[in-house]
Amino acid sequence: MVNVIWMFLAATGIIYAMFNGTMEDVNEALFKSANEAVMLAIGLVSVLVFWLGMMRIAERAGLLRGLAKLFKPIFTRIFPEIPENHPAMGYILSNFSANLFGLGNAATPLGIKAMKEMKQLSGSTTASRSMITFLALNTSSVTLIPTTVIAIRMQQGSVSPTEIVGTTIIATTISTIGALTIDRLFYNRRVRRKQR
Amino acid sequence: MSMITTISTWIIPVIILLVLLAGTIKKVPTYETFVEGGKEGVQMAISLLPFLLGMMVSIAIFRASGAMEGLVELISPLLSKLGVPGEIVPLAAIRPISGTAALAITTDLIKTFGPDSFIGRLASTMQGSTDTTLYVLTVYFGAVGIKRMGDALKVGLLADLIGIIASIIVCTYVFSL
Repeated sequence: MVNVIWMFLAATGIIYAMFNGTMEDVNEALFKSANEAVMLAIGLVSVLVFWLGMMRIAERAGLLRGLAKLFKPIFTRIFPEIPENHPAMGYILSNFSANLFGLGNAATPLGIKAMKEMKQLSGSTTASRSMITFLALNTSSVTLIPTTVIAIRMQQGSVSPTEIVGTTIIATTISTIGALTIDRLFYNRRVRRKQR
Repeated sequence: MSMITTISTWIIPVIILLVLLAGTIKKVPTYETFVEGGKEGVQMAISLLPFLLGMMVSIAIFRASGAMEGLVELISPLLSKLGVPGEIVPLAAIRPISGTAALAITTDLIKTFGPDSFIGRLASTMQGSTDTTLYVLTVYFGAVGIKRMGDALKVGLLADLIGIIASIIVCTYVFSL
């Protein structure tokens, strides 16, 4: 799937540019974006090093296990494949908490750690059920405080920069419930296919 | 308002403080452990690079060629019939693909129409309630070497769609009255 999308974006773009006369723009964008990707990856180094360092301490101190224990009742239902008190659960929960506060930068390394643990559980290079659920939770973005948006609104002189917090929370809740439902539906479809 | 800003600025330092205190109480060698965990971060960022670069180049070609705009022009008349402002379409279309591009469009919409206009509020809500599925997928799966994504992409994109529709409905309901 990702192969198709990747190819589709580039191929459609190039063919479109042939007729649209934007080949020069494509050329420029090609190398500019490659450069941007490198800058982005370098930018990630600082955040990843810092938070992974901190998280290692939190892990050794038993904080992740504590957090996981606290939210266990809800999350064992959402992630039935992951054993109780498994470190994966701790990382999932801390990723979730970071996202809640709009700390996207802090959430990424935690999400990657969660993925690593889940990969060890499944021992395969195919996405497991819990990985897909985890991604569904992440892409539906459970944000309580959309910090970046509030900052932009303030900058543009909004009378009430935070008035969108309420609508965001409602929309986010709907999309999260929707994502989990869709995830379940797809999972059931996979199970049914296997049984045939 | 002031409470939210206070929480936003306090939360990270307070988390750091708690982690360091808990580590010290549990007799974890904090500094050494930090460095050890941090080393992993360097490797991670480097191993992410090819995934990020590949995806970003492909998206950049798509946008620079004008294909993105073409797609938007194709869809927007249909949406205006449903009462959805056409100006929001580029944001909805790009949100799952590129986080930085989406943020740029949101900023642009807020600037053009004003933060307290309906489009400004809708753009703000949409930005906050959806996420860059392709980025999350690329980064998370790329970092741990997942080759077959299964249903992850479909589920992620559908979740975005729900977020977009939910933002439109909620904003129409809350702000239009």
